[in-house]
Amino acid sequence: MIKEKIHNTLTSKEVIDRYFPENRAKLIDLAAFFDRMDRTSDSHAAGSDYRLTAFFEALNILSDGEANRAGRILEIFSDKTAELPQSADGVKGATGAAKNGE
Amino acid sequence: MKYIDPHIHMVSRTTDDYMRMALAGCVCITEPAFWNAFDRGSVHGFRDYFVQLTQYEPRRAGKYGIEYYSWICINPKEADDPAFAREVISIIPEFLESERVVGIGEIGLNKNTKNELVILEEQIALASEYDQLILVHTPHLEDKLKGTRLIMDAISANSGIDPDRVLIDHAEEHTVSEILDRGYWAGLTIYPNTKCTPQRAVDIIEMYGPDRIWINSAADWGDSDPLSVPKVRFEMRQRGYTDELIEKITHRNPVEFLSQSERFHYRYE
Ligand SMILES: [Zn+2]
Repeated sequence: MIKEKIHNTLTSKEVIDRYFPENRAKLIDLAAFFDRMDRTSDSHAAGSDYRLTAFFEALNILSDGEANRAGRILEIFSDKTAELPQSADGVKGATGAAKNGE
Repeated sequence: MKYIDPHIHMVSRTTDDYMRMALAGCVCITEPAFWNAFDRGSVHGFRDYFVQLTQYEPRRAGKYGIEYYSWICINPKEADDPAFAREVISIIPEFLESERVVGIGEIGLNKNTKNELVILEEQIALASEYDQLILVHTPHLEDKLKGTRLIMDAISANSGIDPDRVLIDHAEEHTVSEILDRGYWAGLTIYPNTKCTPQRAVDIIEMYGPDRIWINSAADWGDSDPLSVPKVRFEMRQRGYTDELIEKITHRNPVEFLSQSERFHYRYE
């Protein structure tokens, strides 16, 4: 539950002035990442990669106007399975997205 | 202004880092036992590491005017072989006698395996038996949410543990609310590419309030930044926070949590 106990003392214009340049750069980086994918020799295959599937799902959250976007995006990338492997032998390190249901 | 970095792995850092931290206002640190980028081959390797954490590193920090405490455990990454992990656990009690040790940590899960979980439960029991604070490492990336819940369930299953004496570290936007709601302390770790940025850490404080939260660098041998805590202070200052609030998050809160250990003698001034 979000308590919203403290608000920063900045106005929205101050937040935009301060954080727009770095976030503009991040957005263009993201666009260039997709463009780069288009230029791969097998670009059609990228869409079936579990990490990109999660990525596209997460992108929808950016523009849905609801609160806690960061938390909800982190949840999309999270492992939602209930089983536990006995050992880490042969289990891959974390990649940043889960193969839920695969 | 003084600050505490309550989670940092100085065995992996240089004296230049100690100097820069001291110049930035660091007066006290606590260092949890962790995976040192390679698996140790024997219990002797752990013993040497624990001696380093309790005898050698406090002196190195002291040369820079930084008060030093440590946490002892077998980390989750090396706890996947239960027989070996139990051998290591058997030498932990002697180090709990050290005047520099404030608790058991950082215990937790890495890949959320049954083997890791059973060793986690045994170390929770050890903390209960020796009346120690607990510092928890939560898993990376996609494993964090599931692992954080498994860890909290394992702790709450042990009636000897008061959640007020447990700090669950490396929390992010999807785990912090549950951690605080269940009565634990939450740690926010600032990393360049994973975990939190200074901006997101301050966002989380705005959303969940300044109580029962600490900020740390968890700086180690990988991509990390020993000046993370002062960078969060800078971000708070940029947003117009009062000195009192900045002081609370980066100095008074860690003192409040750590003072629950009788070994923690740092005096807040
Ligand atoms: Zn750590």
